[in-house]
Amino acid sequence: MNVKAGSTLIFGSLRPCYTHARLSLTSSCRGHGRSASQAPKQAERAERTGFSPAATSKHDWIGPPDRLSNLRPIIYHIPENETPQERRLRRLRQETEDWNHEFWTNQNFTFSKEKEEYVRSQLSAKGLSERDEDGRKRTLSIEEMAVFYKHFLDKNIGRHASYNREWYRRNFTITLLMAKVALDNTWRTLTGQTRGTGREQGKTT
Amino acid sequence: MYKTPCSRLTGVWKCLPRYGLLGVSVQQKLIANASRSHMSVSSLIQLCRKNQAEWITFQHFCFLKRQYVKSSSGLCQRAGPKQEPVASVLDDRDDSVVSHVQQIPALKPQPGTVLPSCDQAEPEAARAARLEARQWKELKVDYSDLPGIYARLSKIKLTALVVTTAAAGYAMAPVPFDPVTFLMASVGTFLSSCTANSINQYFEVPFDSNMNRTKNRPLVRGQISPLHAVSFALACGISGVTLLTLGVNPLTGFLGALNIFLYTCCYTPLKRLSITNTWVGAVVGAIPPVMGWTAATGSLDPGALLLGAFLFSWQFPHFNALSWNLREDYSRGGYRMMSVTHPGLCKRVALRHSVGLIGLSALGPVLDVTTWTFPLVSLPINLYISYLAFRFYHNGDRQNARKLFFCSLWHLPMLLLLALTCKKRPVPQDEAAAAPSTTSLAL
Repeated sequence: MNVKAGSTLIFGSLRPCYTHARLSLTSSCRGHGRSASQAPKQAERAERTGFSPAATSKHDWIGPPDRLSNLRPIIYHIPENETPQERRLRRLRQETEDWNHEFWTNQNFTFSKEKEEYVRSQLSAKGLSERDEDGRKRTLSIEEMAVFYKHFLDKNIGRHASYNREWYRRNFTITLLMAKVALDNTWRTLTGQTRGTGREQGKTT
Repeated sequence: MYKTPCSRLTGVWKCLPRYGLLGVSVQQKLIANASRSHMSVSSLIQLCRKNQAEWITFQHFCFLKRQYVKSSSGLCQRAGPKQEPVASVLDDRDDSVVSHVQQIPALKPQPGTVLPSCDQAEPEAARAARLEARQWKELKVDYSDLPGIYARLSKIKLTALVVTTAAAGYAMAPVPFDPVTFLMASVGTFLSSCTANSINQYFEVPFDSNMNRTKNRPLVRGQISPLHAVSFALACGISGVTLLTLGVNPLTGFLGALNIFLYTCCYTPLKRLSITNTWVGAVVGAIPPVMGWTAATGSLDPGALLLGAFLFSWQFPHFNALSWNLREDYSRGGYRMMSVTHPGLCKRVALRHSVGLIGLSALGPVLDVTTWTFPLVSLPINLYISYLAFRFYHNGDRQNARKLFFCSLWHLPMLLLLALTCKKRPVPQDEAAAAPSTTSLAL
């Protein structure tokens, strides 16, 4: 990552007057055919992640791994004159990201919670307290934990299998749609077509 | 909102006054570093002056400092004095970091080692990756980074190992060495392996994000888009299989395509459904030497199958030992591995196949692949790995698993090398009549 990108990032977040909502409203004024629902969604997304890219950025931005789901959030760039196909792609990616985030947050949380309960129950069965003389938390041996790991996997096999199927389906759909969009853009660039406003000629994002 | 690694420095600075001498020595280092850092400080000042309209926050300082730190690797995290404290980003390790920092013993001066997850021997690249991982980044492909990204996408080290086994298969075949065919077979196998690994990473993005071992992969970090990865995989796959089919022979091309299919469409999904994934994975590992052999001879000889069997059996002590210490990650990620669901079977299978390697080595001379010396010279290493597998079977603890895994890493190259040195040389044609009597005498 170069300094320029870093500075853009910092200067973007430095503007105190530009709230997240105002940022997206400004950009939405430029676009045509943009529905009103996109601006609040983008704003909500920016608020949740606590980051908003500079208005001049023309790319998506990817963030650090989420604390709960370990997945990295992406803030999608909405280009001017976004085609319906691009919008569909963006919405699908956003929705898949949210769905993934929900699944993994739930998974990680459930795992930690059940692991804690298991350790507590095992320790109490042995008659030991949760913390030892030095105040450190007691841990079980690897073999004792292995019983829990096996149990967790067996309990969740149905959920995991259905998540798998759904994830593969979404991944394929997104990639196919990305390919279509890329081909469309290339075709448009090659044939010098505009994006529907009549103002821009040839060059597309 | 943002907590940067600089605030970890803050934590370190907080505890330094307790260790007077330590503080002094670090301070001296910093003063020395400060003079070296004069150039970038002046450029920083210039930057401040240019942008008087926007005030420079600590975040800006830290960004530039990070750039500076990265460019002068000798300084690591010892660059720059403490800045004003900043607000923190949602980092769940914050509290544990601060508490961990308080416990530093006096003899450990490096601030870089305070982080709880930091391995003492963590390579620079991994640490840089970890620090970079905390920033928001523009999803823009940097073309200068592409070779590195492709290398990581195709798991270049694993690919290199696969190509080595294919080359060994070629070398073991009882035909004269043809460098052109050899090269084409190697390149074709290389490309096929790249394809398989890229598609595997493409499928596994959310799972890789959640496992420590795999969370720095290119697709997880968003360095390239999924479409880009698939295009790369397709390009490698089509060119690799075509090269094998047309440049070597159709059988090898078929085996290459089969291997890609097995790895991407069978092994990868099966990892989350059933423990049979390990057996499928072992077949995937066994095919490259067979491909090397068929590239040389053009047919599936028993010798090819023997080499494949070596790789097949080797996979079990290798993978079972590796997966033994990753049980928590596998369980949380939903991977169904023997080590988690059937631990007894895991240990038994590792032992069984380690001992099986001894038997397979004995088959070498029987199938005319090697001379009789091979089972004898390979006996020590085979016995050693079997011994470690037995210890693993008996004790089933982390140390023995790790020992077995590391042994498997050098055992395979050694075995292949020994096989190569004990290779049965093809008998010249004019002695073919006399050959049967001499071979029967030797036996």
